[in-house]
Amino acid sequence: MPRRLMPRWLRALLSSGTGLFGVIVVLLIALTALVSAFWTPFDPMISDVRGRWADPGWPHVLGTDGTGRDILSLVMAGARTTVFVAVGSGVVATGVGVALAALGALTARWMRETVAVLVDILIAFPVLMIAMMISAVWGGSLWVVVLSVGIGFGVSIARVTRPELRRVQQSDFVVAGRANGLTTGQNLVRHLLPNVAPVFIVQLSWSMAVAVLAEAGLSYLGFGATLTEASWGTLLADLQRYIGVHPLTVVWPGLAITITVLGLNLLGDALREATDPTLSHRSAQVHVPVVVA
Amino acid sequence: MLRYALTRGVLLIAGLLVSSVVIFFTLRVLPGDVAQLIAGTQASPDQVEAIRASLGLDRPLLAQYTDWIGGILHGDLGTSQLSGASVGAELAEKARVTWPLALMSMTIAMLIAAPFGVMSAVLRGRAGGTAMNVAAQAVAAVPVIWAGMMLVVVFAHWLGWLPAQGFPRTGWTTPGRAFESLLLPAMTIGIVEGAMLMRFVRSATLQAASQDFVRTAAAKGLTRRQALIRHGIPAVGLSIVTVLGVQVAGIIVGSVVIEQLFTLPGIGRMLVTDVGTRDLVKVQSELLVLTGFVLVIGFLVDLVHHAIDPRQREEAV
Repeated sequence: MPRRLMPRWLRALLSSGTGLFGVIVVLLIALTALVSAFWTPFDPMISDVRGRWADPGWPHVLGTDGTGRDILSLVMAGARTTVFVAVGSGVVATGVGVALAALGALTARWMRETVAVLVDILIAFPVLMIAMMISAVWGGSLWVVVLSVGIGFGVSIARVTRPELRRVQQSDFVVAGRANGLTTGQNLVRHLLPNVAPVFIVQLSWSMAVAVLAEAGLSYLGFGATLTEASWGTLLADLQRYIGVHPLTVVWPGLAITITVLGLNLLGDALREATDPTLSHRSAQVHVPVVVA
Repeated sequence: MLRYALTRGVLLIAGLLVSSVVIFFTLRVLPGDVAQLIAGTQASPDQVEAIRASLGLDRPLLAQYTDWIGGILHGDLGTSQLSGASVGAELAEKARVTWPLALMSMTIAMLIAAPFGVMSAVLRGRAGGTAMNVAAQAVAAVPVIWAGMMLVVVFAHWLGWLPAQGFPRTGWTTPGRAFESLLLPAMTIGIVEGAMLMRFVRSATLQAASQDFVRTAAAKGLTRRQALIRHGIPAVGLSIVTVLGVQVAGIIVGSVVIEQLFTLPGIGRMLVTDVGTRDLVKVQSELLVLTGFVLVIGFLVDLVHHAIDPRQREEAV
């Protein structure tokens, strides 16, 4: 796309160093996930007992684990799980967030305020607690991670988006839309959501960072990925048992998580700076996510 | 102030109630069958039914809920469905690990966040400040489990200074060993959490630096840095209170994972085990205790914040 045709926010995003880093990391992880669906250097699930604990080198670039599985292939396949959880919980968070924000902003007064109080209460519920609750009922799976992070972040997105929605609702173009016969729902889709989208997308980017951490943590605890799914969290749990003898192996999955989370966080920060003109550097508020993993 | 405390108190109670309802009914939507688990696979349907009745699982949901809440109001957190042991007693025992761990983590996090946060704000725009900011961003992205493993590699395996995992059987009767075994876990949570909070303190300091009273002090002849340190930093104390509130939730959640990593016999590990065995009564009481703790801390933080910030006194809740 020629540079002058790019929307202003995209230009701002790509011209800031951290934003560019975030974009590159996210694209890289997505690409790795895509490639790993068709090709990895070795089959990540096939063990080779004679070749176990190979040092990094050739053909096992990052070495092998205690059952002779290729660590690079495992990390690549783990990216798929990460992308699945990040995108899945993003979708759930969007649904929950839009629904709660709309209910809290556009309905009758009693309904609006009940929802607002409820959101204020639910926000104190840590994502891990939601995850524990769901896995106590259904047992562990990646869906537990997707649902719990999605619900948890849906609530916090709703909290940020609701006042924004209320503000935009007073705008002339929304009133004009209503005067022209648009229903509340039509107005929401056509005028309100596009106007709160920047706030929303920034939150989504941060919530995906937390989703990546949550997936690793919950899979580590045994509530996330199952044995047949490669995951950075379960890989860490596997390798931890031999950490005294083979400390280097633990570095790779951890590094993968850290870089992904850093990329998503920086992307969120940069997106906010690019889309929010009222935000000066000086008064920039830092978002403080709750540690999950 | 009293009015604020009352309104905020009502919200706290509502919060506790809503949490209990959410926890209880979520756990009952599709329960893994505890009765079946106790009876084993060989049991006849009648035996399973008898166990279910003895646990009270055949009663209406609402009755089970009021029993549970009624018990808690009398200080009874229920008994384990699997072992029959008192949940309250076990929680009290495990708290002897989790509580000190949380306190130590919090201290370490504050010791990192406060000085480095202020320093990186004062040095803003210079190499040192930028370096600190970048480091904070990077460390805040590290998963706690991995941070723990790396610290174990360095301090337990390479240097051999601290135990890699476990908690002495003798508990706090051997305080030195108990403290030693909590040090690495607390460092793990403290460093990651501290890096996150450091960014918070930094932005609070920068905000304070742009306040009128700091500008006035600078206009009266102090350098900007002197003005910030003498007049701006006290205002930062306010945001540190807020930070404490944010931190508690993070530390409680972090301790669940960290206790598993370091095999510490604390509340978090207990919760993970009970979720695994689907001991619903225990899980629901533990979850309520942990969530209640987060809510109460949030309440206290808001009260303190309200009390020490003159600007908030005029505002409605």
